[in-house]
Amino acid sequence: MTSVSRNAALRRVSALVRKEAYQLVRDPSSIAIGVVMPVLLILLFGYALSLDVKAVPVAVVLEDTSPAASELAAGFRLSPYFDAEILTSMPRAEELMLDRRVDGIIRLRSEFSRRLASGDAAVQILVHGSDANRARIIEAYAEGAIGQWADQRSAEGYAAPEGAVTLQSRMWFNEADDSHYFLVPGLIVLIMTLIGAFLTTLVMAREWERGTFEAMFVTPVRSGEILLSKMIPYFVLGIGGLVLCILAAKFLFQVPLRGSVLVLAGVSTLYLLVSLAIGLLVSSATKSQFVSSMVTLVVTFLPAMMLSGFLFDLRSMPDLVRWISYALPARYYVALLQTIFLTGDIWPVIWPNAGMLAGMAAILLAATRAVTRKRLA
Amino acid sequence: MLASLLRIAALIRKELLAILSDPRSRATIFLPPVLQCLIFGYAATYDLNDVPYAVLDQDHSVASHELLARLDGSGVFARVADLTRAADIASVIDERQALLVVQIGQDFERNLAAGRNANVQVIADGRNSNTAGTALGYVSAIVDAFNADWAAAHGAASPPLRVVTRAWYNPNLETRWNMVPALIGTLTMLQTLLLTAMSVAREREQGTFDQLLVTPFRPAEIMFGKAIPSMIIGTIQASSILLVAQFWFRIPFEGSYFTLYTGLGLFLLAAVGIGLMLSSVVATMQQAMLYSFVLLMPFTLLSGLATPLSNMPAIFQYLTLIDPLRFAIDIAQRVYLEGVGLGRLGHDLWPLAIIAAVTLTGASWMFRHGIE
Amino acid sequence: MSEAGEAAPAVLARALRKSFRRETGETVAALDGVSLAVRPGTLAALVGPDGAGKTTLIRLIAGLMLADTGTLAVLGIDVAADPQAAQDRIGYMPQKFGLYEDLSVQENLDLYADLHGIDTAERAQRYPDLFAMTALGAFKTRLAGRLSGGMKQKLGLACTLIGSPALLLLDEPTVGVDPLSRRELWEIIRHLVDQQHLTVLLSTSYLDEAEHCHDAFVLREGKVLAQGRPAAVSALADGRVFRVMPPPGQAARDLQARLLDDPRVVDAVPEGGRVRLVRAARDDSGRDEQPVSARFEDGFMTLLKERQPAASFAAAAMKLDRPIARDDTMPVIRVHDLVRKFGDFSAVDHVSFEVRPGEIFGLLGPNGAGKTTTFRMLCGLLPATSGTLDVAGFDLRRARASARQRIGYVAQKFALYGQLTVKQNLEFFASAYGLERAAKRQRVAWAIEQFELRPLMHLASGQLPGGFKQRLAMAAALLHEPEILFLDEPTSGADPLARREFWRRITALASQGVTVVVTTHFMEEAEYCDRIAILDGGRILAQGTPAEVRGLAPPSVEREADMEDAFIAVVAQARDRAHAVAGAP
Repeated sequence: MTSVSRNAALRRVSALVRKEAYQLVRDPSSIAIGVVMPVLLILLFGYALSLDVKAVPVAVVLEDTSPAASELAAGFRLSPYFDAEILTSMPRAEELMLDRRVDGIIRLRSEFSRRLASGDAAVQILVHGSDANRARIIEAYAEGAIGQWADQRSAEGYAAPEGAVTLQSRMWFNEADDSHYFLVPGLIVLIMTLIGAFLTTLVMAREWERGTFEAMFVTPVRSGEILLSKMIPYFVLGIGGLVLCILAAKFLFQVPLRGSVLVLAGVSTLYLLVSLAIGLLVSSATKSQFVSSMVTLVVTFLPAMMLSGFLFDLRSMPDLVRWISYALPARYYVALLQTIFLTGDIWPVIWPNAGMLAGMAAILLAATRAVTRKRLA
Repeated sequence: MLASLLRIAALIRKELLAILSDPRSRATIFLPPVLQCLIFGYAATYDLNDVPYAVLDQDHSVASHELLARLDGSGVFARVADLTRAADIASVIDERQALLVVQIGQDFERNLAAGRNANVQVIADGRNSNTAGTALGYVSAIVDAFNADWAAAHGAASPPLRVVTRAWYNPNLETRWNMVPALIGTLTMLQTLLLTAMSVAREREQGTFDQLLVTPFRPAEIMFGKAIPSMIIGTIQASSILLVAQFWFRIPFEGSYFTLYTGLGLFLLAAVGIGLMLSSVVATMQQAMLYSFVLLMPFTLLSGLATPLSNMPAIFQYLTLIDPLRFAIDIAQRVYLEGVGLGRLGHDLWPLAIIAAVTLTGASWMFRHGIE
Repeated sequence: MSEAGEAAPAVLARALRKSFRRETGETVAALDGVSLAVRPGTLAALVGPDGAGKTTLIRLIAGLMLADTGTLAVLGIDVAADPQAAQDRIGYMPQKFGLYEDLSVQENLDLYADLHGIDTAERAQRYPDLFAMTALGAFKTRLAGRLSGGMKQKLGLACTLIGSPALLLLDEPTVGVDPLSRRELWEIIRHLVDQQHLTVLLSTSYLDEAEHCHDAFVLREGKVLAQGRPAAVSALADGRVFRVMPPPGQAARDLQARLLDDPRVVDAVPEGGRVRLVRAARDDSGRDEQPVSARFEDGFMTLLKERQPAASFAAAAMKLDRPIARDDTMPVIRVHDLVRKFGDFSAVDHVSFEVRPGEIFGLLGPNGAGKTTTFRMLCGLLPATSGTLDVAGFDLRRARASARQRIGYVAQKFALYGQLTVKQNLEFFASAYGLERAAKRQRVAWAIEQFELRPLMHLASGQLPGGFKQRLAMAAALLHEPEILFLDEPTSGADPLARREFWRRITALASQGVTVVVTTHFMEEAEYCDRIAILDGGRILAQGTPAEVRGLAPPSVEREADMEDAFIAVVAQARDRAHAVAGAP
């Protein structure tokens, strides 16, 4: 390419980028998706969403009024994990559970203290199973609270200590067990997907539907230049979203960034390219705003939430679903984000995942290039 | 009155024809809910199996082997590596080869035999702290069982306190059981709202809305004519998910269909009301879609689908009161799993009725006054 | 321009074929062996009825489509092999120029300047010219979406011209453009050819425009029927064109309708209170027929009729199931002092008129004159700011919905459901008007019969050819036998054949008692109306019978003044006055 034609190409691309930017800024609905939505998501993720179980409403049913039973009940009332209501009748507690005013019932039967003395006491825990995850956590907390009470009693000499296996567990990378630590990668994936794929899925189809391409095709502009100019503004917007997220992660959620910013920026660029390519590919291929937005919703957004491994562990899924997840770019990006934020620059994780993203970006961009022709119908 | 009903019927017929005659839009309406329900039914689970873990057994004793055998035999854990040096722990975790490393010290069996406490260290990968926490819970349960059996085998008295747990409505605490009924509301809302918002925007963009307005149609008739087809499609989608839940995932349905469909009907009315309200303010299909999306995203996140409502701060809990999905998920789960009747659903049904009334009134006011 | 013919042609097509597959599976040949040559430095026109293949041919030349067979050289370049090389040197303005409506006039122009690689120095030289030519200088910062139709076309042309192309392709550049803007556009085009020696190929359905071109290509069903100088086409009708005065008491349009049914008559249109007719054979004139010289349109119609003798307008004369009962003494539409403001801007400014039953009332005016706004108020789609209006005894904005039973409305652009078939659309609108069962079946059958829609009954209406869409829209508006029919620019973009067929139906309806209110950009169509009003800037500038309005044209020695002359004179005069008032201290 001669320098004259390179200059001309550069001028065309920058003119188109400018045009795209004007349209972006002047359309309130694009602003809503590109700017309002990321901020809204950050607020929701920062303040509203949390998987940490705290102050669970439970009913403690004391059918026995012995000091031992009251002591156990007090244990629940003082625990930060429970918001315990002490009752004396089981039917009342069941009533509360049916209305979901409590999520669990801890029942001490009338002969509790007598049987405790005979070494045969039982505490009954009933949990509401309609949120299985929460139920399991409540169950574990309750058992923990009871165990603590039992340990305390043994320390006070009620029973001889028995040699047993004690578990010392440590949660690496998230010592405080703060769910923001794993929500942040999810947040970034959602925002990058939103800006990358969702805004761009409309831009090609819109030009087809409004007939703005026809005149533009009959100018010296090349189809690759059109494509490039559609990517640049949204790429910049996406990087803006990323910066916003990193700042929010650091200052709002206080999530550490243990890897390097450079690596983070690099892999984010790759993912952004993949999302941009998906949005543009679907848009160019369908030429209809309605169909392309539906397709993009189904292939990018919901999978990014459900199949990327940010909420649900991919390793526990059936093979078929796991294979499907291998086709989704979000899973690689989530793995990268979790590692770079919480662990560090672990190259054995970064190389394969980043490699997959790069490969996908290359294939999708080539496909987009192939379907974007300066031809009608 | 009759004339009015006939006109509404004609509009409903036309809407359904327009949506269903195009194979592409037919496919985008009926295929995704079922596919998504199938995939998410499998994917959306906090239950673990085959969790990769590594072992650093420095004791190599009978006791340590027995403990590890219990882990391997649980079905939850799959051993991926036997480490020989403590220094290897970091790389196994860092590189995501294992979610857990179980480290058994040299004096494990000796301590146990001597009646002392024997430590087992478990190191978990906290990058997904939720999964890690669940996995640790499983380990803890296995260790408890080991302790009980060890004590029994070595003649010690049974522990003075037994904990008996039982979970209502979901005896095995499977995430799928609560997730799939929740999808009935979630997946249905997504498209019902979008479809309604787009349908009026499309008529505006294509100029057919004016043609409709010069016929004897009244604004309220147009509104019902637009609302009912979306509700019909929503009901079909919800039913298909219900079928998948019962006959594919075999989750037992405890409630009555009448109750479930009453709740769903109110929910769809509220969703359609929001869609109509949106459609009366937007000018183009693009705006209809993007704004629907701006609403749908927080609706989904605040619905309690993925994270429990009770974890949210008070202000966000109040915000969820305008989210119809929040109530729909509650209705679907409670009717499906608990089998509650209408009497116990009041606190879900009333808010939905209010949302529907407000949005539909608002939309009809906008239709009347926004026609410019 | 005599030497121009010797140089290599700007466009050289040999045996071009291009076919498309409809969704129903049948293949339609859009171009069926087209060969033609456009001489460099000339202005050439592509004319022909809808579906003749004009747009397809232009798109092939622009390199936007590939021909199935045949060769095509544009500026000496094989477009199929290297479309980009040709596109670098072509200016192309599609039928609907896709301006970016959320960009300003200047921004649109800058975008195209950059795409064509025009540097700052060149721009400084070219922008003043373009702004002067298009008179858009005062609107540089206005968003393109807020320009009137004529201004949009001029901006589109400016964007196309910025790259100083060697060949300019214009696809129906004047569709939907009022006569004033149309004249301005033509001045620009002619200037480009005469002064800058640009080669221009344009397609048009205004046949008077073809007359101004160096060469004309008549296309029909993908074949070239005739090519050469327009005069050669006109000559086909030489000695067969006459004007005849209708007998006293009869409207010209009624005589015209009768003449169209006559097998010896090729074409007839009302003109200046008389009827212009083209006879099938020379010297076959009747009494009182005054011979006139043939124009392009006469030759064109002769050509089409010769090739397609079966085509007749007789079928278009439709019958209502029952004529509309009417009371001739009372006006059926009364508009008094009607005002509609959008913010500070008065779109309709104290407009008053009346329409009597069975009348055809025409609203003429430039783009943005307030015609559509008036229409929308009459139909109850838009509230009036002040003033009174009464349509069939109601203000439709406030009246009960059932009052709308009495009107039919055909919007400017096709506004039926594209995904539904012809029959489904008709059935839906029948139900919308409260027709059920037998009544519905009978009316739908009537519509399909009268509008000759049977062969396409089960095709999705979005895929209908242009003329059929128009028919379907009118059929849907007539299902409930309305007393009043509102038609907003019904013939915009229609070819001459479709326009005659359309007016044939309208005059038939009017003769059976239906009141028709119509807007149009074709000034000659005003001749079909009983009375017309000319609007500009929201005000009525002139009102009366076509003859009365025609009388307002400045006298000319060369030829008899026509409606277009009158229109331009009236509008220009009013604008000058407005400027004078605005300019006064």
